[in-house]
Amino acid sequence: MAVGEPRRVGYLYALPALLVYVAFLLFPLLHSGWLSLFAWDGLSLGTWAGLSNYASLFSEEGAAAAFGHVGVLILFFSVLPVCIGLVLATALHRVRIRGLPFFRTVLFLPQVIAMVVVAVAWQRIFAPDGALNFVLGTEGKAWLGDSATALLSVGIVGTWVQTGLAMVLFLGGIGKVSADLFDAARLDGAGPAGEFRAVILPALRGEIGVALTLTVIAALRTFDLVYMMTPLGGPGGSTTVPAYEIYQRAFHTGQVGSAAAIGVVITVLAFLVTYVITRVAGRERA
Amino acid sequence: MTVSRFERVGTYLVLGVFTIFALYPMLSILFTALRSEVSGQGGLHWENFGKAWTEARFGSYLFSSLIVSVSVVAITVVLSILAAYAFGTMHFRGRDALFYLMLLGLTVPSEAVVVPLYYDLRDLGLTDTYASLILPQVAQSIAFGAFWMRTYFRSTSRGVVEAARLDGAGHWQTLWRVLVPMGRPALVTLIVLVFMWTWNEFLLARVMITSEALRTAPLGLQFFSGRSDTSVPLLAAASVLVALPVVVLYLFLQRHFIRGMVDGAVKG
Repeated sequence: MAVGEPRRVGYLYALPALLVYVAFLLFPLLHSGWLSLFAWDGLSLGTWAGLSNYASLFSEEGAAAAFGHVGVLILFFSVLPVCIGLVLATALHRVRIRGLPFFRTVLFLPQVIAMVVVAVAWQRIFAPDGALNFVLGTEGKAWLGDSATALLSVGIVGTWVQTGLAMVLFLGGIGKVSADLFDAARLDGAGPAGEFRAVILPALRGEIGVALTLTVIAALRTFDLVYMMTPLGGPGGSTTVPAYEIYQRAFHTGQVGSAAAIGVVITVLAFLVTYVITRVAGRERA
Repeated sequence: MTVSRFERVGTYLVLGVFTIFALYPMLSILFTALRSEVSGQGGLHWENFGKAWTEARFGSYLFSSLIVSVSVVAITVVLSILAAYAFGTMHFRGRDALFYLMLLGLTVPSEAVVVPLYYDLRDLGLTDTYASLILPQVAQSIAFGAFWMRTYFRSTSRGVVEAARLDGAGHWQTLWRVLVPMGRPALVTLIVLVFMWTWNEFLLARVMITSEALRTAPLGLQFFSGRSDTSVPLLAAASVLVALPVVVLYLFLQRHFIRGMVDGAVKG
């Protein structure tokens, strides 16, 4: 469709933004692809490595572990918040909630707080003398210092951050569903489960897609949280993630090419996730 | 719809549990920040904030964050308005291709470009400067800005633009005297989101900044928390200081935060 009138001056308007964008985002991205083809320590002259940096990501244990940990984090950052959000939205929509703006403000609040601050707050909770041990009666357990529980603990923080987002999205979406649909479902004799399947799930498809995309990408990009909460990749390297590997390899262990390759892989994954979820959820392009 | 009292009570109970879950970590850090550094001493110790500000140098870190955030917001907003005006209201060859090229930037994770950025900026002698934080973050925000403002420009009625034209306004005046003032809500959303992203950014500062004088607030907090002699109440007070500006902004403009993060989320 031909929106707007023909104007060459459009190039001039778009130019400054394009220049900054190309110089500081697009060019670095391509440069990352280029660097990923070399074995380079960041100081001396690099040597051509072809695709071997990518090949070793599959064979080498450290990289595989980092991507495996992201898989676990996705459960906590995405699956759990979306499930909780759906259950709650279903349970809550029948009652006209007084003070809904208050609840929305509070539930969404974790989304706007710097991750480094979130990390400090939760470090205290997971500490041997922290609130979690007090509640569970497990005296002196260092949740973040134990390789069996460190990743789990980071995951719980992810659930804390993302659940509010899912709930706000779903409560908003459910508010737009016409009451007639619920009445019709009830007339057909649908119980809560039937109502959920027949009305709520189809109505919230778009919102579920948005929530999944946002949270899966947040899990994929996790850095601040693990870097702050579990220094040096956690006990026994149990909380390494791709972004942490990028940082560590590029700036500490002199494997710039390998770091760049991981960067390319998470970029491709981010695009894939966005594409697939948008397709499945069938959301219209804005 | 009639709902039983049982259901009503249950609803608030569930909401209450999740509200406590959301609030507890934040309230606990706030209370910790007011505790005495000497254990066992009671009372509220507001001086912790003063100590974090001066002795722990968070005044300086917050100032760095302010410079970087305000610069990123200002540049991003102006460049996004200009580009979105072209993409949304004008017609020129390659317009859509250029726009989709910019849309790509919405999905590129900043973690993926931080390594080449470091070496590129080092070659330019720009590492360890505010510019090394500002320019890359403008580039990352501009994709969203151009997308967000284009949606606004396309939603404004052509009649408004034509009326301005009849009054003798050129494209420049039409943009700044008519469209931008009308687009205040969309602009406020853009401003608060870019401010929040920039204020909370950590990895880029970790990689680029080595001088203590240039440390941003999140980077300062990471160093402070890593020191063995840091007392828990001071660390908590510093954390509150780091989080406070965005939280205050959020409390006043929460609709903008939620709308921007939710509506602007998946852009196709």
